[in-house]
Amino acid sequence: MARMSLNVNGRDVSADVPDATLLVELLREHLDLRGVHVGCDTSQCGACSVLVDGRSVKSCTMFAGEADGSSVTTIEGLADGAELHPMQQAFRECHALQCGFCTPGMVLSAIDLLERQPDPGESEIREWLEGNLCRCTGYHNIVEAVKSCAAAQRS
Amino acid sequence: MAIGQSVKRKEDARFLTGRGVYTDDINRPGQLHAVIVRSPLPHARIAGIDAGETLAAEGVVAVFTGADMAADGVGSLPCGWLIHNKDGSEMVEPPHPPLVAERVRHVGDQVAVVIAETRAQAKRAAQLLDVDYEDLDAVVSCADATEDGAPLVWDEAPGNTCYDWELGDREATDAAFERAAQVVELDLVNNRLVPNAMEPRAAIGEYDPAGGNYTLTTTSQAPHVVRLLMGAFVLNLPEHKLRVVAPDVGGGFGSKIFHYAEEAIVTWAAGKLARPVKWTAERSESFVSDAHGRDHVSHAELAVDEQGQFLGLRVRTVANMGAYLSTFATSIPTYLYATLLAGCYRTPAIYCEVRSVFTNTVPVDAYRGAGRPEAAYLLERLVDKAARQLGIDRIELRRRNFIPKDAFPYATPVALEYDTGDYEATLDLALSQADWDGFESRREEAAARGKLRGIGASTYVEACGIAPSAVAGALGARAGLYESAVVRVHPTGSVSVLTGSHSHGQGHETTFAQIVADRLGVDIDAVEVVHGDTEIIPFGMGTYGSRSLAVGGSALFKALDKVVAKGKKIAAHMLEAAADDIEFADGQFKVAGTESSVALDEVAFAAYVPHDYPIEELEPGLEETAFYDPANFTFPAGCHICEVEIDPETGAVELVGVTVADDVGRVINPMIVEGQIHGGLAQGIGQALLENCVYDENGQLLTSSFMNYAMPRAADLPSFDVGHHVTPCTHNPLGVKGVGEVGSIGVPPAVINAVLDALAPLGVGDIEMPATPERVWRAIRDARAAG
Repeated sequence: MARMSLNVNGRDVSADVPDATLLVELLREHLDLRGVHVGCDTSQCGACSVLVDGRSVKSCTMFAGEADGSSVTTIEGLADGAELHPMQQAFRECHALQCGFCTPGMVLSAIDLLERQPDPGESEIREWLEGNLCRCTGYHNIVEAVKSCAAAQRS
Repeated sequence: MAIGQSVKRKEDARFLTGRGVYTDDINRPGQLHAVIVRSPLPHARIAGIDAGETLAAEGVVAVFTGADMAADGVGSLPCGWLIHNKDGSEMVEPPHPPLVAERVRHVGDQVAVVIAETRAQAKRAAQLLDVDYEDLDAVVSCADATEDGAPLVWDEAPGNTCYDWELGDREATDAAFERAAQVVELDLVNNRLVPNAMEPRAAIGEYDPAGGNYTLTTTSQAPHVVRLLMGAFVLNLPEHKLRVVAPDVGGGFGSKIFHYAEEAIVTWAAGKLARPVKWTAERSESFVSDAHGRDHVSHAELAVDEQGQFLGLRVRTVANMGAYLSTFATSIPTYLYATLLAGCYRTPAIYCEVRSVFTNTVPVDAYRGAGRPEAAYLLERLVDKAARQLGIDRIELRRRNFIPKDAFPYATPVALEYDTGDYEATLDLALSQADWDGFESRREEAAARGKLRGIGASTYVEACGIAPSAVAGALGARAGLYESAVVRVHPTGSVSVLTGSHSHGQGHETTFAQIVADRLGVDIDAVEVVHGDTEIIPFGMGTYGSRSLAVGGSALFKALDKVVAKGKKIAAHMLEAAADDIEFADGQFKVAGTESSVALDEVAFAAYVPHDYPIEELEPGLEETAFYDPANFTFPAGCHICEVEIDPETGAVELVGVTVADDVGRVINPMIVEGQIHGGLAQGIGQALLENCVYDENGQLLTSSFMNYAMPRAADLPSFDVGHHVTPCTHNPLGVKGVGEVGSIGVPPAVINAVLDALAPLGVGDIEMPATPERVWRAIRDARAAG
């Protein structure tokens, strides 16, 4: 067992978890953040993506212990009360989600992209999102949402 | 905000904030965890199972095998559609126990369930289960299964044949071929696919010993169907003691229609142990337990006259059923495939034979399009080949054979009656959007860069909302195919809709609310659409075959009519007028020709607080239920155009343009409709360029994870240009046809026709899906070697 302390969605939390616990398990099962989804077992789908110290990470690729002392943002921590984060808002406006399963990881990954590149071209967006699978949308409206959020944030 | 507007989705609020509740998000007090022990072999006899070590492992509560379930009288997972052979005899319908006791028949077949306090404990203990297998020879492909002397998957199915079925007039078709100026022939494979909804399947069984009630929470597109099949055929539980809940479901695409073994296992085990039992698939498990799609091998022949008129079509198809018959498996390569072989064309004589075979592979069933993509692919590849062979322009050849728009209703020679359509209109729209006429200059420009550019089209028709029930029943369906809806107007005027359709991404909570808002004149936020719970919804056949709006929406429309009719009677009393004189519009009941009116919420209040109410003639309350059984299928159609650039050095195909014009009937929410088209296109392009479910010759699944099954990723796809032309459906009250599957039906042949157009100058005449770089490179190399 390992004791770890981290900040999750602005709240300091401590947990005792077995050493081999993955970050996704800590978030989903110990902290009950059910918006962190598990869509595969080979670190391919990106549904479990979260922000660790602002960087998007597939939380199935990281031991919980590696996030000790970090600041983690999950989809639950993005909106400011009733006010959606601009990326969430853009996804809604552009119909960039259907079943909603890939959405949390997709939104968080897209936020990290705009942190690094505020004005990405379409191919940059598509290449960045390669690590996040969506089976519903065909990505068309996801790309539109990221473009639209980028434009809104620049203006 | 009503019909025809791109209303933003109501359901997005929870999905965007991580507050959706999918099955695996649910945990019950005292819950146990189930792990299924699956066969590592494609075909073997189970000589024995030693559960000693497993039972002794930490946290293990129970191990159950097929023998345990059989001893308890658990039945077989049923197949929902009986197909008759050419000679009138019935198909071979082998048993499909939730856990097999004697012989495993595919990698992933369920052998035992290990139930423990935690999932990790169950997983560790499952690895300790000692199953003694005696290996048997396996058959994998359609070709293997039909070989003389092939090993038998089922002893009762000689030649591995499930059924040998036919549709159409053989003699008339043979006669057409005798008159033909030319015959165009094509051999085709429709590649096997894995649906891969992003949410893996999951199920939680619960049992309340006090009342003897069972609850199954499951990732289903059709909870009432699961309740009916599992209750009546597998576990012998009456409906009133079995509740099935399908909460938020993360995509289905057909794969979550079916009643699966794991649902029965957790429900049954919950009863045995009197504790909740939860199972969640890992993705690698999904690959070997979710029903796969497609997997046809066909030979097609088209008879044409000198002018390019199609005279006859003859098709012979072998369809892979996998090891067991999944819920709708048998209907896919028959009534959802061969019936679509007329396509958009006036071909007067069509004959199709389908032999379905068992193999030692995962069961194959409906996947987005389900039979119709296979028909469209065959026809549209064949028409392009005919154009090349005849030296007639491929668009012109299509126009010459289209069913003209004034010929509807049109009875095809393969059992359907198309109610409406305008194939020239969608063709013209797509050609103009794609700048088809300007293509040659783009080809030349690409050639200057060393690239092979090609353009391809397909003009498809499909059939949605399988119906009517009586016809489906006569053809072997073992279920009705209607839908139900309840409209409950509350005392203060807000509205709940209970629908038997199920939304797992389609946005029913918004689209259905738009229909209510439009009809009743209430705000869309005053409407709540409820679905996915057999305890709340009267009945439902669920969502598949693009049926939700055409069938479920029509049921809703009927229920709304009943609400308005009753409201008129209440309003007549309140306004002291005759009911026949009451008009209803924009939420107001009004005496015709006067200013005298009363609002819907006032009428609703009077209905629930009937102090001054025609109580002797009218019951209190304002709630109506309707069941709608469609008069016919609906027939979306359209034209899809793809443009590709191929690097001749690597064989890599870049999709540079996707332009579609679809006629999906009347559109309720254009934003949602386009989203559905985008998603279908991505899956259709996936089939054409990327996805292939591959077994090795021994029956091991090689494409068993996202590491080696090529799911379309964002950078694999371009943006899509989507256009619409509307001919409203003539037989449902909304005029809608269905949109969920058009993308996956129309686009695969357009992609391959474009690839072949690009490669035609090199002499390449055929390529199989998916057109991977390797296949394209080999085709180029072989053509160069031959040329």
